[in-house]
Amino acid sequence: TCSSSSTPNFSVPSAEKVDGFPRRSMRRARQRRSHSSSQFRYQSSQVELTPLPLLKDAPVAELHDLFCKKLQQCCVLFDFLDCVADLKGKEIKRAALNELVESVATSRGVLIEPLYPEAIKMISVNIFRTLPPSENPEFDPEEDEPTLEASWPHLQLVYEFFLRFLESPDFQPSMAKRYVDQKFVLQLLELFDSEDPREREYLKTILHRVYGKLLGLRAYIRKQINNIFLRFIYETEHFNGVAELLEILGSIINGFALPLKAEHKQFLVRVLIPLHTAKSLSIFHAQLAYCVVQFMEKDATVTEYIIRGLLKYWPKTCTQKEVMFLGEIEEILDVIEPSQFIRVQEPLFKQIAACISSPHFQVAERALYFWNNEYILSLIEENCQVILPLVFATLYRVSKEHWNQTIVSLIYNVLKTFMEMNSKLFDDLTASYKVEKQKELKRDRERADLWRGLEEHQDRRMQMLTEAARNQRNLQERGERGDPPSPSSPQTSHSDQPELKPSGASSSSSGGGESAT
Amino acid sequence: RQLRRNGGGGADGDDSLYPIAVLIDELRNEDVQLRLNSIKKLSTIALALGVERTRTELLPFLTDTIYDEDEVLLALAEQLGNFTMLVGGPEYVHCLLPPLESLATVEETVVRDKAVESLRKISQEHSPVDLEVHFEPLVKRLASGDWFTSRTSACGLFSVCYPRVSSTVKAEIRQHFRTLCSDDTPMVRRAAASKLGEFAKVLELDYVKSDIISLFTALASDEQDSVRLLAVEACVSIATLLPQEDLESLVMPTLRQAAEDKSWRVRYMVADKFSETFVSLQMYLCFNCIHSVLTIWLSDLCLLCPVSEQELVSDTNQHVKSALASVIMGLSTILGKDNTIEHLLPLFLAQLKDECPEVRLNIISNLDCVNEVIGIRQLSQSLLPAIVELAEDAKWRVRLAIIEYMPLLAGQLGVEFFDEKLNTLCMAWLIDHVYAIREAATCNLMKLVEKFGAEWAQNTIVPKVLGMANDPNYLHRMTTLFCINALSEACGQDITTKQMLPVVLKMSNDQVANVRFNVAKSLQKIGPVLDSNALQTEVKPVLEKLATDTDMDVKYFAQEAISGKHFTLINVNKLKMAIIKSEMHFNLLVFTVLVLA
Repeated sequence: TCSSSSTPNFSVPSAEKVDGFPRRSMRRARQRRSHSSSQFRYQSSQVELTPLPLLKDAPVAELHDLFCKKLQQCCVLFDFLDCVADLKGKEIKRAALNELVESVATSRGVLIEPLYPEAIKMISVNIFRTLPPSENPEFDPEEDEPTLEASWPHLQLVYEFFLRFLESPDFQPSMAKRYVDQKFVLQLLELFDSEDPREREYLKTILHRVYGKLLGLRAYIRKQINNIFLRFIYETEHFNGVAELLEILGSIINGFALPLKAEHKQFLVRVLIPLHTAKSLSIFHAQLAYCVVQFMEKDATVTEYIIRGLLKYWPKTCTQKEVMFLGEIEEILDVIEPSQFIRVQEPLFKQIAACISSPHFQVAERALYFWNNEYILSLIEENCQVILPLVFATLYRVSKEHWNQTIVSLIYNVLKTFMEMNSKLFDDLTASYKVEKQKELKRDRERADLWRGLEEHQDRRMQMLTEAARNQRNLQERGERGDPPSPSSPQTSHSDQPELKPSGASSSSSGGGESAT
Repeated sequence: RQLRRNGGGGADGDDSLYPIAVLIDELRNEDVQLRLNSIKKLSTIALALGVERTRTELLPFLTDTIYDEDEVLLALAEQLGNFTMLVGGPEYVHCLLPPLESLATVEETVVRDKAVESLRKISQEHSPVDLEVHFEPLVKRLASGDWFTSRTSACGLFSVCYPRVSSTVKAEIRQHFRTLCSDDTPMVRRAAASKLGEFAKVLELDYVKSDIISLFTALASDEQDSVRLLAVEACVSIATLLPQEDLESLVMPTLRQAAEDKSWRVRYMVADKFSETFVSLQMYLCFNCIHSVLTIWLSDLCLLCPVSEQELVSDTNQHVKSALASVIMGLSTILGKDNTIEHLLPLFLAQLKDECPEVRLNIISNLDCVNEVIGIRQLSQSLLPAIVELAEDAKWRVRLAIIEYMPLLAGQLGVEFFDEKLNTLCMAWLIDHVYAIREAATCNLMKLVEKFGAEWAQNTIVPKVLGMANDPNYLHRMTTLFCINALSEACGQDITTKQMLPVVLKMSNDQVANVRFNVAKSLQKIGPVLDSNALQTEVKPVLEKLATDTDMDVKYFAQEAISGKHFTLINVNKLKMAIIKSEMHFNLLVFTVLVLA
């Protein structure tokens, strides 16, 4: 399929590949230090932190003031790349964060209005940053170890605080929405690209809470997630947090009201289905398939979009993805409504037949397993008249040709099942198999003939055109120079002719003359 | 489905031979591969149908059935860009617009881009009237499409129709572009930002100032860094369009802001476009700006350097750093002497000490720019340790790369400095344990002699080279011969006959056979430089003696030399070819080093 890699290429891998061995050693060296920090800019004049009194010792009257001071203290950022720098300061901040988490989680009445801006500011200062370039420009989430965030000891506590803050019974959405606004959410979403899975896990829960509590932001969040996905699919093919975002969407879809809004259907057709084209599908396929099935369970009428979409994006060269697609199809068929099944059975079973004839035995096997699923089997049985003719030729041929014995015996089982379902149809198809085969060969020959004729025609036309052009040119030249006509003027410029050679694609089979009357 | 054909092969060449249904069946084949093949030969089909039926039957079919595999759509989009003649020439070219319009709205970027490319192509074939009647409305429809894909495609079409339409329509186009620059979806804003420069080029200067600048400023402060960095890219073209007096007020504030952007991607883009932008900004007219921007850049570099010391710098940052290194070198010519010394020199010296050899090499390889401005003497003291260190680097590829720069450095630094500091290095390479280095060192000597002249060679290089003829290591003795091979032509007849030849002849008695057959080879090579007297009286007897050597190879090469003793020009040419080849080889290696180091 087409790939759309328009990524600005910041690495220089092309020449590295000339010589493999230095690269490998570099890689290994890189993996050893799998910590990175995105905090490139530290405050140059580092503030010296001094420990404040403990929150639990503070008199009630001073509690909020102290809480606020601690929040401000936690706005100081530390250099975690240098693990021995300013240990004292780091420890003070860590303790303060711990106290803040503890306090928000356990005591009531702490979260009063003036604390909201301070808390959100502390969170923003700590978590919002431009994520660093990946240490490994060809980072493969399946193979490579992720780079972990070096400042995690503090960052984790900040996230924890944020989460407790959102989950606190004292939390007032009406106050928070002034500070947790669209800009805030956009920055939050960008963090999902973090390579550190721990960070993404926190972000997932937090975004879910924000979505749940701040109703005004819901549409905006959905729209921005759309944009992230579309950029991932069509522009960069790189975003670390797709699985996490899909997980959130899974539960969002669950809560959609019926009938589905056009916006949501559009999301399904134009975002979720195209997500299947991604190279890194395996990382988020489970979550994606869940979302797709959620949609179907909400509204069965989307089934046809889904199946046709999957068939459109069916993998051509990647068998691993093909197996995933088959898995998803089975999940869908498991919950499909019989009326919907009828609408898609024809294209679907053509594809399944193609999978059965795949030389990769895992693909063939995965497709044949459909016949072990009782619900699917019942659907097939109901529509045997349509489905059997679609798959029969393939089953018959592959049962004789496939290299893998397991596949052959699975096919025998399937054939046997069909025979039991409708023996009459089965016999008819067996009888007409050879005739159909002949017809197919004939069609191939006719096609070859057609194309040969078309190309001869093109040759002649091009010749005529060149001739005409030459004559005209001669005429002009004669006119300009007043020369007598020169019949042997050099044959010029054949170069602008299109490709004339019959291309190998239309297999120019011999003995084509007998057909076509 | 039946195929009606009169007489096998359709020899009469009639246009209406093929019923469209048959051809359309081919375009609809169930097998994607066959369908794709048919689409790729769409021109053949169109030719068979003739222009009339292509317009009235084929194109409507194509327009109506655009729901296919992206691969097929891509082929279709490409084909339609070359279809003008097949629909009857420029007069009818607008018939191609409907299918291309649909293709310009599909999701897959590759297909859409191809459709836009084809649309741009055929826009040129429209008459001005057709452009307004058919093409411009299409652009408008795309620009106000519901889904982002059509709006994205529209961005690429404004600049091709703008110059050829009436002023009313021009105003509309500008309005549409403005709208798309502030579109709701970042994808569209990115597309608009990436076409901003192109669009600015076709606009009248007044509109550049009024419209483009405000759009540029807005996009350069977009909430998404992916949009901001594209705006920076457009800066280069915009700057070339504006008169100098406007640059300071219209472009600089935004550029300065981008240089300090919190996202490294944007800063990278500024770095990448730095000297390009500055050349077009003609910065020598506004020194204040340089000063402030450079300060930012200095801080960015300083920012990157400490990180590298901790070995935590990532590939990307190394890349940024070395990109900066070369860019900053290029700036010196623009900045002039005083500014270079004040701003660039410290930076430059810091880079020479960088632990990454790539950065150091980048600096050294761009020395000529700096030399033109302040003279290399200013740097020589700092340069030397860097060179020495690279010259002794553990990786032979790095050593090889620095050898490559020696002739250049020698030229910049002058004979005196070279003799004093670098000569020893050059001689040391001759006894390197890697053959490629010894070979390169030999070649280097030749280039040095070409630069400094035969007299210099006689005083400095030749004695040392000849001295190695007595080295206990036979590899070093052979190096002497290789050097002589390379140097004889540059040194001339006098030195070759009087100083080199005796040594070569004496080495014919070497106990190692490899040395002896290399003597035979050397004699063949330096033959053309010698006079015929020396050839007859001195060379010939020695070769004859070697031709009776006990070693087979020595015999062989001696006989080779005797038989080719008239030493035609061909030999010289061969040598030159060999040198050219080895130079190419160097360049390749240097490139590899820069990438790998």
